Amino acid sequence: MDLRFGDSKPTDEERDAVDALLGPPESAWEGADDRSDADLRWARGGRAARDRRDLLLPGLHALNDRVGWISEGGLDYLCRRLTVPPAEAYGVATFYSMFSLKPRERTVVRVCTDLACAVRGAVPSAERGGAVAGVTVEDSPCLGLCERAPAVLTIRAGAPGAPPRTPNRRSAPRPQAPDGLSPAHPAPAEISARPAFEDEAEGRRGEAVPQAGDPALILLRRVGVVDPASLDDYRAHGGYTALRRAFALGPAAVIREVTDAGLVGRGGAAFPTGRKWQATAAQPDHPHYLVCNADESEPGTFKDRVLMEGDPYALVESMTIAAYAVGARHGYLYLRGEYPRARRTLEHAIGEARARGLLGEDILGQGFSFDIEIRRGAGAYICGEETALFNSIEGYRGEPRSKPPFPVEKGLFGKPTAENNVETLVNVLPVLTLGAAAYAAIGTPKSTGPKLFCVSGAVSRPGLYELPFGATLGDLLGLAGTPDTLRAILLGGAAGGFVRPDELDIPLTFEGTREAGTTLGSGVVLAIDDSVPLPRLLLRVAEFFRDESCGQCVPCRVGTVRQEEALHRIADRRGAAAAADIALLRDVGRAMRDASICGLGQAAWNAVESAIDRLGAYA
Amino acid sequence: MTAIPLQPPRRLVEFTLDGEPVRVPEGGTVLDACRAAGKDVPTLCEGDTLKPKNACRVCVVEVEGARTLAPACSRRAEPGMEVRTDTERTRHSRRLVLELLASSVDLSTTPRVAAWLKEYEAEPDRFGPDAARLGESPRVDNDLYVRDYDKCILCYKCVDACGEQWQNSFAISVVGRGFDARIAVEHDAPLTDSACVYCGNCVEVCPTGALSFKSEFDMRAAGTWDEAAQTRTTTVCAYCGVGCNLTLHVQDNEIVKVTSPHDSPVTHGNLCIKGRFGYQHVQNRD
Repeated sequence: MDLRFGDSKPTDEERDAVDALLGPPESAWEGADDRSDADLRWARGGRAARDRRDLLLPGLHALNDRVGWISEGGLDYLCRRLTVPPAEAYGVATFYSMFSLKPRERTVVRVCTDLACAVRGAVPSAERGGAVAGVTVEDSPCLGLCERAPAVLTIRAGAPGAPPRTPNRRSAPRPQAPDGLSPAHPAPAEISARPAFEDEAEGRRGEAVPQAGDPALILLRRVGVVDPASLDDYRAHGGYTALRRAFALGPAAVIREVTDAGLVGRGGAAFPTGRKWQATAAQPDHPHYLVCNADESEPGTFKDRVLMEGDPYALVESMTIAAYAVGARHGYLYLRGEYPRARRTLEHAIGEARARGLLGEDILGQGFSFDIEIRRGAGAYICGEETALFNSIEGYRGEPRSKPPFPVEKGLFGKPTAENNVETLVNVLPVLTLGAAAYAAIGTPKSTGPKLFCVSGAVSRPGLYELPFGATLGDLLGLAGTPDTLRAILLGGAAGGFVRPDELDIPLTFEGTREAGTTLGSGVVLAIDDSVPLPRLLLRVAEFFRDESCGQCVPCRVGTVRQEEALHRIADRRGAAAAADIALLRDVGRAMRDASICGLGQAAWNAVESAIDRLGAYA
Repeated sequence: MTAIPLQPPRRLVEFTLDGEPVRVPEGGTVLDACRAAGKDVPTLCEGDTLKPKNACRVCVVEVEGARTLAPACSRRAEPGMEVRTDTERTRHSRRLVLELLASSVDLSTTPRVAAWLKEYEAEPDRFGPDAARLGESPRVDNDLYVRDYDKCILCYKCVDACGEQWQNSFAISVVGRGFDARIAVEHDAPLTDSACVYCGNCVEVCPTGALSFKSEFDMRAAGTWDEAAQTRTTTVCAYCGVGCNLTLHVQDNEIVKVTSPHDSPVTHGNLCIKGRFGYQHVQNRD
């Protein structure tokens, strides 16, 4: 590879940001200022140079975090350090919505305009108006703060340790100020000396979990109860008993327990976790990897965030168990870029676990070594697709790969990989502590165990709820408190489907929702009253998919645009006036579902279809 | 004479294609089987010298038991699979893919696409006059080739040919996301500021004419481009000792473009800047 770099030079700040991640450059060939005699005898190429490609995304974050945007000089310097072609790095940087390749203010306020926030009165910037000096305001897809909607995320660039720097998230004032955002509102709390979180009280109250403290809870029993920063507190509440049981059983028996428990993936696809682990463990190729998918970005979903912020050690422990079962020594935790607080709690938890011998070499003296590396996403819904996530970690554009080969065979870095999302992994703890039989007795025969539901929208107690599989939609909404004006419920987020208020007896199980012709998806339950017109919500869904399509395949890249255009045309039309466009939507939707590469395109028409067929939208 | 690569004999995989038993060598694709059986499956992003990206989805077929359709170009044949190439479902997706492309991209120089639009009864106009198009103007920033991204279907072939599959220059990449995704060099600069070495291998693989010789672009603009009047002569490049095959496209006794046979064991269709663009001396009559 004969790389050519441009003439742009990095600023001292940019150079410093990259060097803080990668260490100082070893040679002028790598971008050091001074040439020395040693440079004449310096060579690094081939695999050694290219193997660091996976540091590209962290490097882009380093630049963006420090300066607020990524300049030509900064990008070129990063490329030189990592032996990455500048064109490819530019392609990667432009893929993510949290990076800017143009100058912008150091403070960026991202305003969520997605479904749950729209139901609660958030308005897009085009209708909001009003600029604030020194602040760049951007619209954002769902920030995963739906229980506190409407929400904004404030990100401040700057050097580490120089306050105010730490990204800080708050819920926005309600109702939304008509002139946009007051810059004073999301002012940072004083940066705390405590390593984990500055607004700890909030994490501890567990305000996102209305059932907090209920002894019947299994997955959420520690959220809002334990101090998320304290490993001792975690152990006092039953932490690390599952790992000890796993070590007592051995890897094969752990997989058997998980299989017998009937645990299936909670991300939406409902693939049996035991089978995935078995298939990974059985691969002769090495190393094996474990990847935790914490990139939940489905509009209306916030369960993984609440788990990670409220009970981070549970995730660390369950990842350790999963890695033990599949024979992985290295685990990646791919965390949404929009979750800075979860990142801080997890970084702290991983550090503590490492210091106490629960991660690293020879865990608990069992001869098993495992460690976890957090990788931060940068604003791309598609990176929640497992193979897109691999590409993102590897430093490529987050485009899904075509399957087969499946990740259990060729996953991260082309090696056998078990990928599970946060909720699935956390379920492994009760599987081991209760035993497979007792776990399988929870729920229904086909959907076993407890399930988390993200309830938001027009309810009086929005938040994260835990119910055993088999509870009905009505049971759940009864807990959350629905208004009389309930117009529809969106199940499963933007990729899910709408149901009517008279369908509250749908059992919330994989088979029950399938029979009812809808989907459980990732567990989103978004209640919609008559305050927001349905066509406007459908437009938002369409806009979401248009924005988040990676652009790789034609049905999704162009189909999502055509879908949005048609919904714009019929926003105020009904009946015969809308019939032609609805026929067109059906045609486009069917091709997206049949011919797209990945689940994003295949699901991009679900919600709109269900609104037309079930709710009678535009009729 | 074509060299015949020596390799162990490959086993044959047997499966059912439109109800007929077919056999392809192990590792072969459904598309290989379709072509061997004489079935005309449309393809755009598939290229004979590159690993298919299966991004265009125009070659989709129905595989028994699969939830979604599969791209014939990259779905490997498996023993016992049942594949249908011409069902209502495959025709629907192919028609929509063609409509979506034709409504957003200028396909006027894409070979065979007009026939496919007709065959699949595609009506690209039905998305209305306001349907978003790429709306790009041609980029003429050097004397050798032109990038007219209004014709680009994002098949990734140029990126793959420039990158690790052939040239290893990595001068271009897909940038942006979704409908706004485009092919560009770093910082979307002119080609002359990039790592491009002007081998023209991207032009060779471009299926739509989005990348074309400057000579072809100018002649098309002037209305003098006439493929029917062109002769093609395959010869050997005289610049160095590698012995690459060149195919000279000649119109009115002038070389108008240079390609290389894709089945040439030396070049597989690839050339360097001299072979591809260095032909002016041949027709220098002063």
